[in-house]
Amino acid sequence: MAKNAQPATIGKKGSLWKQIYQQRGLYLLLLPGLIYLIVFKYFPMFGVIIAFQNFSPFLGFFKSPWVGFEQFRLFFAGNDFWVLMRNTLGISLLNLLFYFPAPIILALFLNEIKCSWYKRFAQTLVYIPHFISFVIVASLSYTLFNVNDGIIHEILQAITGKSIDILSKPKYFWGLIVGQSIWKECGYGTIVFLAALSGVDVQLYEAAKVDGAGRWRLMWHVTLPAIKSTIVIMLIMRVGSILNTGYDQIFLMRNSINVSRAEVIDTYVYMRGVSGGQYSYSTAVGLFKSIVGMIMVISADRLAKKMGESGLY
Amino acid sequence: MAAANSKNKIKRSVGDQIVQVLIYVFVGLFAVSTVLPFLYVVAGSFATERELTQRAFFVIPHEFSLNAYRYIINDGAIFRGLKNSLFVTIVGTLVNMAFTTTFAYPLSRKYLKGRNFFMNMVIVTMLFSGGMIPGYLLISNLGMLDSYSALIIPGAISVFNMVIVKNFFQEIPAELEEAAKIDGCSDIGIFFKIILPLSKPVLASISLFYAVGHWNDYFSAMLYIRDPNKEVVQIALRRIVLLAGGANPDGSPIDFGDLGAPPEKAVKMAATVVSTVPILVVYPFVQKYFTQGVMVGAVKG
Repeated sequence: MAKNAQPATIGKKGSLWKQIYQQRGLYLLLLPGLIYLIVFKYFPMFGVIIAFQNFSPFLGFFKSPWVGFEQFRLFFAGNDFWVLMRNTLGISLLNLLFYFPAPIILALFLNEIKCSWYKRFAQTLVYIPHFISFVIVASLSYTLFNVNDGIIHEILQAITGKSIDILSKPKYFWGLIVGQSIWKECGYGTIVFLAALSGVDVQLYEAAKVDGAGRWRLMWHVTLPAIKSTIVIMLIMRVGSILNTGYDQIFLMRNSINVSRAEVIDTYVYMRGVSGGQYSYSTAVGLFKSIVGMIMVISADRLAKKMGESGLY
Repeated sequence: MAAANSKNKIKRSVGDQIVQVLIYVFVGLFAVSTVLPFLYVVAGSFATERELTQRAFFVIPHEFSLNAYRYIINDGAIFRGLKNSLFVTIVGTLVNMAFTTTFAYPLSRKYLKGRNFFMNMVIVTMLFSGGMIPGYLLISNLGMLDSYSALIIPGAISVFNMVIVKNFFQEIPAELEEAAKIDGCSDIGIFFKIILPLSKPVLASISLFYAVGHWNDYFSAMLYIRDPNKEVVQIALRRIVLLAGGANPDGSPIDFGDLGAPPEKAVKMAATVVSTVPILVVYPFVQKYFTQGVMVGAVKG
């Protein structure tokens, strides 16, 4: 493939301006996206200056009084900070521990299935939940877990002899969120790993088998190395979004009873900012989140590159 | 891999065969668990209220009833939501595709002057964002509150999807572009006449990603849309399904509007069915584009 061959008409001739003029069609195509990025991505980035103000919508960005790091001081000194960090990191770490490996394990299992119609059938089914909204996931959860007539609640009650209110009891909230995520995304998450696995040379398996490797050693020495770099990239993205717990899911599952475990940074920013009108304070909280996220992505990427992987960008 | 395996089948130990069976069973159970709740909800939506309270779980109702569907047709909220969501999904996806492809094409040309600068601009947005509040204030200052444009424009380009499209454009052989240039075709002409028609598979995948995103979007609508007439399906569904019992999840009393009474079990299920059906009907036909899109993304990272 002559991927790198440049078209003859646009070689390195003429001045910079002439070349730019020659590429004017490309710049014209670029323009709408560029305007979009500037207005909807970069403006809000500069909008974070209100975190250093006592912003009032009536005074606007330019007249609101400056307060320096006061909003951050309020946030870090308050009790909310620890509760939010505990809940956000609690959910994220549980996700990392259980939700992250789930599609890898399922992909490895699917890879072991040689009966092709069974495999295709299973794949078709497990992808489905990815396409439904969290509103529906939440409503299915209510249908199945509610203490009045939820079927799973009744099964659990029969087994344990106790009524377990998964939907409201704070101590079950994290587990509920992680469980929903696994149910919804585990199947779809396998695609990327199965794609990497489909590229493995069959001869590798044969050679390993001739050398006497069993199922687990094949998995460990042939299959896993084949998806190692995919796993690393997915892990970087996960780690980078450690403070992102997602909006829809938590908003839909939190209620006045489980809020002590359900309030995470994202819901807190919404409640304080959009509902409560504390724009500067909630922007400061959001900025804290963005900065931690950025540091996490960059460090995870560095680490991956140090380990000899290609990294994210 | 299948071929490699059949050769060695005889050698398999009993223990290994048990493991194989367990894997089949586990995968099968997980697959069934992903659809069982839907089957129950579909069955329940056609059942009578009495049966729903008496029987814990069933896939075929004893007594067939359409009352729940009558109720939601009379209520109208779900169908209004479906109509609004359909509009947002169609227009939104068109906007997404227009912005994403026009932005991706110049970035896919390695000779574009300033390409690195523009790419870095994109990468910065992946690493850092202003967060929810500055975004919300911007939308509100632009007068986009309570307008569908607030659900469509702010997410016009998903950087992730844009990179997939860009990588696909990059793979198209440069000879095609050269030949067209020699024939006097402009860059814009090449984009529309050569690049876009050659990229149909990836464009199909990406537009489906966007469409599903619009259809399922709950948070943006909650943030930006207050007018009940502009309610999208996810908001309507949440109101019907999750807010029964006279109180919102946060404890505040809710307004049932003209209907007066909390919707009942079968109604909740019928509402869930009606808002899921559009996705599930389309799904079998488009499934291959979803897998394909993820694979294009996966291969080039």
